[in-house]
Amino acid sequence: MTLEAAGFWVVAAALLASSLAVVLTPNLFHAVLYLAAALVATGVVFLLLDSPFLFGVQLLLCAGGVVTVVVFAIMLTERLVGERITQTSRYVVNGAVVAAAVFVGVMGFLIQAPRPAPRPALGADSTAAIGQALVGPFAATLELLGVLLVIALLGALYFARTEE
Amino acid sequence: MGLNAYLILAALVFAIGLFGVLTRRNAIGILLGIELMLNAVNINLVAFARFHGDLAGLIFTLFLIAITVAEVAVGLAIVIVIFRVRRTVEADRLDLLRG
Repeated sequence: MTLEAAGFWVVAAALLASSLAVVLTPNLFHAVLYLAAALVATGVVFLLLDSPFLFGVQLLLCAGGVVTVVVFAIMLTERLVGERITQTSRYVVNGAVVAAAVFVGVMGFLIQAPRPAPRPALGADSTAAIGQALVGPFAATLELLGVLLVIALLGALYFARTEE
Repeated sequence: MGLNAYLILAALVFAIGLFGVLTRRNAIGILLGIELMLNAVNINLVAFARFHGDLAGLIFTLFLIAITVAEVAVGLAIVIVIFRVRRTVEADRLDLLRG
């Protein structure tokens, strides 16, 4: 077994275990911590796929930003020391059936899909190519993304403002 | 590892996230499930970009991560507003729009 394959199995096991913990643990705060672990594991998957730049973005934005914001939301809506932080699940059997059906459907599509001709892989480090694409063919999209982020921030501020 | 291994891993994470969205009562728990599902999509895009030698997948992933963060910010703001108005974030009890 090569080093990459061993790394893949370890990361895949960690990612699946932390994902399951996110949806199964009764403590909401623990679920957020498991989500942070799952996001970091996803970043390591990006690293295995030769995308160190996306690994950095994933770590900074998702594992750093999202988890912090969610923890703040929990602190504002639940009493951390009380009983309220435990959460229950409903329709567990139905949810499992639907999720399993979706997984089986995706698998069926994967098996049937024709394999496109393999093309040469990108270089070992795609960071420079990403940077050039972002100011070249994707420049307008990048600007639109900046506008979207500003609008999202304004919307969040509008929702969360206090009535005065 | 081939492309299929990454696609199967992403499909598993997507199914787990869907299970969380369907079964969680707490609105924040539902948001965590959505986050897992978007993450699985990112794995798919990066795997296709890597094995097909196409840079667009990496750019899409970059945009998708940013949009995910915006979605979480707005979603949590809505959750906080709902908590202020109704004093609960249990999805079952938020039936104001039910006819």
